[in-house]
Amino acid sequence: MKISILDRILLLLTGLLAAYQIAVGIDKMSTLPIIAYTVGFGVLLVAGLLLIILGFDVLDSPIVVIISTVIPLSLSLGLVWEHLASFRTGYLLFVIVGFLAILLTRILPLRNKLPVIVLAIVHGIAGLTIFLLPIVFAATGRAAPGFALVGVGGALIGVGGLLLALLKAGRPLLSRATILKVLPGLLLLMTAAFVAGFHFG
Amino acid sequence: MQRILSKLRLYWPLTKSLQTGLLLSTGLAGYMSARCPVMHWYDFLGLALSLFLAIAGSTIINMWYDRDIDAKMKRTCNRPLASGQVTPNEALRLGLVLSAAGVGMAVAMSPLYGLVVFAGLFFDVAVYTLWLKRRTCWSIVWGGISGGMPILAGRVFGLGHVDGIGILLALAVLFWIPTHILTFSMRYFDDYAAAGIPTFPSAYGFQVTRATIAVSSIVAALCIGAAGILIGVQWGFVRLLAVLSAGLLLLAVASLLRPSERVNFGLFKYASLYMLAAMVLLSV
Repeated sequence: MKISILDRILLLLTGLLAAYQIAVGIDKMSTLPIIAYTVGFGVLLVAGLLLIILGFDVLDSPIVVIISTVIPLSLSLGLVWEHLASFRTGYLLFVIVGFLAILLTRILPLRNKLPVIVLAIVHGIAGLTIFLLPIVFAATGRAAPGFALVGVGGALIGVGGLLLALLKAGRPLLSRATILKVLPGLLLLMTAAFVAGFHFG
Repeated sequence: MQRILSKLRLYWPLTKSLQTGLLLSTGLAGYMSARCPVMHWYDFLGLALSLFLAIAGSTIINMWYDRDIDAKMKRTCNRPLASGQVTPNEALRLGLVLSAAGVGMAVAMSPLYGLVVFAGLFFDVAVYTLWLKRRTCWSIVWGGISGGMPILAGRVFGLGHVDGIGILLALAVLFWIPTHILTFSMRYFDDYAAAGIPTFPSAYGFQVTRATIAVSSIVAALCIGAAGILIGVQWGFVRLLAVLSAGLLLLAVASLLRPSERVNFGLFKYASLYMLAAMVLLSV
């Protein structure tokens, strides 16, 4: 499917928002969250640019599954490190082991359901962390109400990730054309929610 | 008035406006890396005008000399000189006038700045175009050196002397140029072969060319990053630069491991975007 001008504009705006977040939005945080958010938003930025330059065909690459895992893992790691001090080491271990597990199950020629199960578990935990943590913190007054927008971004990334994962698994929830049509808008909304959530939170 | 406008429409493609614009942006970034925030707008505008004239002038002379090659290549056969819309004498006169005006203006603004601008023009026209381009694929090194002169010139104009950071910035452009030119010479391999121009792919093969692109991308990214840190660019912008550099490396490695026309041209486009973004980040 050919990428339209509107898609390119939406992806460019996504890239600009991600670039803003990397350059300005995370300045006052401690070292590990800065690294984690830089990686997460960096993947969003580069992915946006590659989609603009190479078109939607880039999504057919097998590396997309691995790279797209980096976004929820790194963003959730930043959130846990900042807000749940007692879970820091455990979650960092989960992120490292989870990423390596996805990497290995995607590289090794496995014919069972293990790659899908690993992907679902790692994505699921990371996605739920990004979705629930900001909303719970905002609802209980431990963070400003605006922080809940990060959770909205988490929900959107979950939707996008699910649509793409099922598409790549050969059991698409929506048609490929529909998914590609909504993807740039979804990426922009998700990034905008993250940026606004971090800013107002 | 109509005649002037139609002439300008013919002359504009002779300047390779995108390439000239990109080189001009490096020159302005070099200046702003030394003098930001810019307070003296007449200096800034003078720099922009003199660099534009010198770069556009040398590009036109380059196109005048290479008109026979351009006529043989599908990609370039419709250029105004190759297609006969502009006469060779007219183009040469225009190139010489613009070059002389650019260098003259630069010398008047600052002799050292003028010398660097002249060096860029000399390396591009005399060494790269007239001497080496048709003889060896290594001519791109000299093309790269001349490409690094605008950013060095801008920094020299801002500081009043040549410094290590300026050299580092020029090296960044020098090592970025293979990413730009070699991907192009692979895409238009047949065109260059038809015109008899020696290129890296024709001399060493595609795999060596891709490895060269990957290595030069890494060195360019390291040079830009180091220059950014030495200039004192805010950490946020250094982070952003690192992310964009990672994208460049990713594409260079992808081009090496899973070569395809699409990835190759993607790398070419990304490299241009990367340089423009890097210049903006070094300027703020």
